[in-house]
Amino acid sequence: MTISGSTATELLARLESGESSSVEVTRTFLNAIDRQDETIGAFLFVNSDAALEQARAVDEKRAAGKSVGSLGGLPVAVKDVLCMRDTPTTCGSKILDGFRPPYDSTVVERLRAADAVIIGKTNMDEFAMGSSTENSAYKVTRNPWNTDHTPGGSSGGSAACVAAGMAPLSIGTDTGGSIRQPAAFCGVVGMKPTYGRVSRYGLIAYASSLDQAGPLANDVTGAAALLQAIAGHDARDSTSVNRPVPDYLCGLDQPLEGLKIGIAKEHFVAGLDPEVESTIREALGVYKSLGAEVIDVTLPHSKYAVATYYLIAASEASSNLARYDGVHYGHRAESFTNMVDMYCTTRSEGFGEEVKRRIMLGVFALSEGYSDQYYVKALQVRRLIRQDFDRAFADVDVILAPVAPTPAFKIGELVNDPLAMYLTDIYTISGNLAGIPCLSIPAGFSDAKLPIGMQLYGPAFSEDRLLRAARMFERVAGLSTLSSRLS
Amino acid sequence: MNYTVVVGLEVHVQLLTASKLFCACANKFNPDNPNVQTCPVCLGLPGSLPVMNRKAFELSLKTAMALDCGIARFTKWDRKQYYYPDLPKAYQISQYDLPYSHDGHLDVKTDDGEGVRRVGIIRVHLEEDAGKNMHDESGRGQDSQVDLNRCGTPLMEIVSEPDIRTPGEARRFLEEMKLLLTYIGVSDCNMQEGSLRCDANINLHIPTDDGGHVATPIVEVKNMNSIRNVELALEYETTRQFREFQETGVKLGDPGGNKVTRGWDANRNVSFEQRGKEEASDYRYFPDPDLVPVTVTEEQLDAIRGETCELPTPRRARFQSEFGLSEYDASVIIDQGPALADYFETVAQGSDGKQAANWVTQDVLREMNERKVDIDEFAIRPDVLSSILKRVTDAEITIKSGREVFAALLADADADIPISIKRIDRIIEERGLKAVSAAGELEGIIATVIERNAQAANDFRNGKQAAIGRLIGEVMRECKGADAKAVRAMLVDELSK
Amino acid sequence: MAIELTRDKVREVARLARLKLTDEEVETFTSQLGHVLEYVDILSEVNTDGVEPMAHAVEQFNVLRDDAVRESLPREAALANAPKTDGRYFQVPQILESS
Ligand SMILES: [Mg+2]
Ligand SMILES: [Zn+2]
Repeated sequence: MTISGSTATELLARLESGESSSVEVTRTFLNAIDRQDETIGAFLFVNSDAALEQARAVDEKRAAGKSVGSLGGLPVAVKDVLCMRDTPTTCGSKILDGFRPPYDSTVVERLRAADAVIIGKTNMDEFAMGSSTENSAYKVTRNPWNTDHTPGGSSGGSAACVAAGMAPLSIGTDTGGSIRQPAAFCGVVGMKPTYGRVSRYGLIAYASSLDQAGPLANDVTGAAALLQAIAGHDARDSTSVNRPVPDYLCGLDQPLEGLKIGIAKEHFVAGLDPEVESTIREALGVYKSLGAEVIDVTLPHSKYAVATYYLIAASEASSNLARYDGVHYGHRAESFTNMVDMYCTTRSEGFGEEVKRRIMLGVFALSEGYSDQYYVKALQVRRLIRQDFDRAFADVDVILAPVAPTPAFKIGELVNDPLAMYLTDIYTISGNLAGIPCLSIPAGFSDAKLPIGMQLYGPAFSEDRLLRAARMFERVAGLSTLSSRLS
Repeated sequence: MNYTVVVGLEVHVQLLTASKLFCACANKFNPDNPNVQTCPVCLGLPGSLPVMNRKAFELSLKTAMALDCGIARFTKWDRKQYYYPDLPKAYQISQYDLPYSHDGHLDVKTDDGEGVRRVGIIRVHLEEDAGKNMHDESGRGQDSQVDLNRCGTPLMEIVSEPDIRTPGEARRFLEEMKLLLTYIGVSDCNMQEGSLRCDANINLHIPTDDGGHVATPIVEVKNMNSIRNVELALEYETTRQFREFQETGVKLGDPGGNKVTRGWDANRNVSFEQRGKEEASDYRYFPDPDLVPVTVTEEQLDAIRGETCELPTPRRARFQSEFGLSEYDASVIIDQGPALADYFETVAQGSDGKQAANWVTQDVLREMNERKVDIDEFAIRPDVLSSILKRVTDAEITIKSGREVFAALLADADADIPISIKRIDRIIEERGLKAVSAAGELEGIIATVIERNAQAANDFRNGKQAAIGRLIGEVMRECKGADAKAVRAMLVDELSK
Repeated sequence: MAIELTRDKVREVARLARLKLTDEEVETFTSQLGHVLEYVDILSEVNTDGVEPMAHAVEQFNVLRDDAVRESLPREAALANAPKTDGRYFQVPQILESS
């Protein structure tokens, strides 16, 4: 098996046995980027020199018999929404062109501490606003399975680079489905952890009460290992939860006995592609054959999730993105008539259409006379959505659902219809509103040979359960997600 | 005309913490070194997150409790959105609908010095301060400069009810507020450095013939950098608003009668209209998703109560009852701040209250001023002064000798000779200051002197008043510590027998 | 009830958002945001009487840190990303315009 066709676990075994060095592994992936990224466009910045240097350091550490971190020498790609010291961090936006943070995000810090080799920063929808990675100010990312299609978004670069074998692992962020949907579109495993499980310090905010970073990998074990490295309390994030992190890897291969799987009728409604639906039903069959019990649950407020989400996310975003004004960092317009005009011109030049649209929506939803009707109302419905899940999880261990209504759509297909684009997040958004963990795992392929994912929802802090449930399926269904099948 | 002046104050106070409100940068006035007290958090860099400073919250609680506010058991933090270069996140973390405290009060003396005005405190809330903009004043339109050292430092906003009725009351409100805050140690209240800032809302209620009144448009006066300037600005505004009303008749709420902002020009002693904001503000408050709410328990409040010192008002009353001070003397001491009051208490406890008050408000304050030192740095520590005074009240030495000892100790201190109670004994002995007024010792001396000067004694008995001078002089030579007045009295007594 | 989103309201929102919109953009946003507002009006059918708004995904309270000072960034680092400085201060076009 080739290096770039291996899972993270296989690579780690090679590194540990000395069969391959980190430099060798890193170089292989850098070469894969060289070869393919012109076509795929997954990376905004390739960290070649620093990555090789880091790899060399890990190799030396290992050779000297020193203890090596849990990701010892494995390349990891990081979504460009996470700050990395002295390294370009753009969030896919022109307004942060040239920005080099003077600090590392906690996720990056933990990756370094685990001896991961940070291979590059991946493309994304500008400020994580989008579901197709077409909203990047820099480039469009293509789906490695079919380059006419989008990789999904906003973590499209992170999903595509793993699917294309340009990195074995990557970090994405998920505010309304931005890890899970691209993972599904690209046929890789992706997880949005419980809100508060992974520190947001250094994660450039889109919607602070929904944003969460998480792992993407070409198998469940890789995702578990990567989550292990980044999860845990951080005193620099007031919303980070101080609660021990379980060992996600031990017991991962042990099937869950008497697993109760919930199915919500609200997840199988008009607009759901029949191929997606049948894939989910087949997956359910696989679980049944493994002894799982399937129970109907109801999530009556599901149909309000998209509206709730867009109001809350846009409101928070309008505030979070107010800071990009050309004063302290980032882009500043060249010509303007006065200070207010400098602000307005800078922001109008620096932000793309979709970002402006959401800022406008958010400012409107928070404005005097409207905030009760829009913003506060959405917060109330959010609680009802959360309560739906609480009730459902009293009866079941996990809820199985589609990730997206369709397989990857075509590039350009939805760009002019924002509302239709928003509706592609219909199955993922509730997880962010409720703050609960959810995982996307490849479950099949469409006739057009595009991957189809399925989603597992769990109660807060049940990441270990979700990973084990996913692994149960993966072991049996054996859907390899590797890009080697591409070449 | 007999109109009523209606004033409400909004006071911003910087808290005495080591670090900023949401990050670990130093909370320190440092205008000469701009932009050296910043980090990703207070620079508002993308991705950075705030974490609340516990001390800042505790100091805020302490303040609100000292103002007799109700304390909310649940409080949260909101974002107030506006654009200004000294506010890098383009929102200020503040408190909107659920501040941690509400409905307190502060009492101030009315202008006649007799009555008490209870000024309601609507709320005290905690927020972050902005940085500082420096404007080009050359008129050439040069760039403004932004220093973010102050950005993110903890700031309390104290909002009073419009209960204040005169500019003088406003001044005393601020003086009393400043005293209270320095007393409990939450702020240094240095107005020059901006640790205490005040905006004033003022309008007039002008009586009408039907027994009601009309209100003039509310003016918010800003940029006053001393308490005296607040008083002056309010005096100026009172006159100006009345004159304007007489000229225009515009009332609050009329077209052109909306609230306006005026600045205070301390050089020309006038207020001036600040360029009307061409746009209404809409702060779009919403709960900050990056911060979690804070709950307060009764135990926490008890703990703070336990560590809060006695407040100025009750202490003033106690000084009067416990030490027999006049209201005036008690105020002079209390108004100097807690350090001087503590000093006084130590002195008074070991001696006599009134004596202690006289010495502290006269001798000690005078010498402090002369030496330009704080009470904490004053060489004669209170136990030493107490010991001097005790000797006076015990008639061991005279008041005059007491002052001589006091002066001698200060001279020692100026010459770097360490000062202690022992040193007092030494000075008394060296200078022969021991009083003999007590006991038969003085009587004995007097008898001897009369015996020795039979002529002078007889002259006095025969009506030659001046003759006693010689006798007094001789007694005083014999015993240096004696009080001349007492000696005279005893001599007269003795000679009249 | 869904509100009628007017061009003037869109302009007003753009002003608050510090965005400069062309007339064409005002048209597009009026129509697109109008559709979104129509869509989100679905929430008005939910009875939320007495429902506590949920501003945070996890319920946590009292996250406070000790009042300890740590080293700040050197000035060069603080100013490094700024579009305009004089080496000591951030610089912006004059704030107070002479009227
Ligand atoms: Mg304020
Ligand atoms: Zn700081």
